[in-house]
Amino acid sequence: MGSALASEDVYLPDTVQTAVKLLVVGHFAVGKTTFVGTLSEIRPLRTEETMSQAGAHTDDLGGVPHKTTTTVALDFGRLTLNEHLVLYLFGAPGQQRFTQLWRDMTQGALGALVLADTRRLEHSYDVMGLLEEHGLPYAVAVNHFDGAPVFAEEDLREVLDLLPEIPLVTCDARDTRSSTQALISLVQYLYTRNTQEHA
Amino acid sequence: MTPRSAKRGLVRPYVITDGRAHPTRNTFDLVTLVSAAQGGDLAGLSPEKRRVMALCRGGSLSVAEVVGHLQIPVSVTKVLLGDLVDSGHILTRSPIPSAELPDIKILQEVLDGLRARL
Ligand SMILES: Nc1nc2c(ncn2[C@@H]2O[C@H](COP(=O)(O)OP(=O)(O)OP(=O)(O)O)[C@@H](O)[C@H]2O)c(=O)[nH]1
Ligand SMILES: [Mg+2]
Repeated sequence: MGSALASEDVYLPDTVQTAVKLLVVGHFAVGKTTFVGTLSEIRPLRTEETMSQAGAHTDDLGGVPHKTTTTVALDFGRLTLNEHLVLYLFGAPGQQRFTQLWRDMTQGALGALVLADTRRLEHSYDVMGLLEEHGLPYAVAVNHFDGAPVFAEEDLREVLDLLPEIPLVTCDARDTRSSTQALISLVQYLYTRNTQEHA
Repeated sequence: MTPRSAKRGLVRPYVITDGRAHPTRNTFDLVTLVSAAQGGDLAGLSPEKRRVMALCRGGSLSVAEVVGHLQIPVSVTKVLLGDLVDSGHILTRSPIPSAELPDIKILQEVLDGLRARL
């Protein structure tokens, strides 16, 4: 067929009809790219977009909001789940506020997995706040780094201010099984929430 | 460690004025699936559109994958694909995503699909 790519594996089976997406979010260097790469069946790809970001503190001053432009990259991967359904995972930065990017990313997403690091839990607050503002349900997975402190679940929940129903799991983003299990916890939660809202 | 509840009020909300015009073509999501229509005369297409067609002729891909393989910005890709849909060169596979609650059947399928990987 004269395709631009040598490997046929890059394409989806012709039977796939539906695509869904989940976000993998978290602060700088928390393991987002690693997580997406561990689970993806294709070589992870990235999308880049130049974003203009409104200056965050200019509003109070009543002046013309000053804008800066930055390139924002999203890593993503793909998991074909059955002959007609494909799941895309998008790894997205959470430390900066790009309204347009977050609107695009959260639109149509089923939910998000927040990766957290026990050495800097407070760095997860921003991204959790963003998900709440966009109304996207999430679960939290502590990506365990060697030598990072280990806390009791109730302490972690208190520090992260998690509602009791929000799943909190531990994972190793380098390990397929552990990362798959973290995603399952998220989707199980989305499923339960959905059945309750329809009840 | 300081609990998040104690900090929440400090970090938000930011009021960001988004003065940019909304793109006229709002029909593509990053996970909209696209593929080349059968036939489709490429004569008269710009080089960028030919690149999109050459990629899409191999099979179905998401908009995000088109972006990733061709390394062109998301906004540009959406405009190119929009034109190619209008001219009958590209077909879209999945419906326009909605903000509605996801179908319980789809969530069940996602769960089953993930569990099958363990
Ligand atoms: N020990 C350990 N190291 C990890 C784990 N996950 C990721 N790393 C390492 O941590 C570093 C950062 O991981 P990335 O996956 O690049 O993190 P990221 O969130 O994509 O980072 P940015 O995109 O820069 O924000 C890399 O060197 C990884 O190899 C983990 O579970 N355990
Ligand atoms: Mg990364």
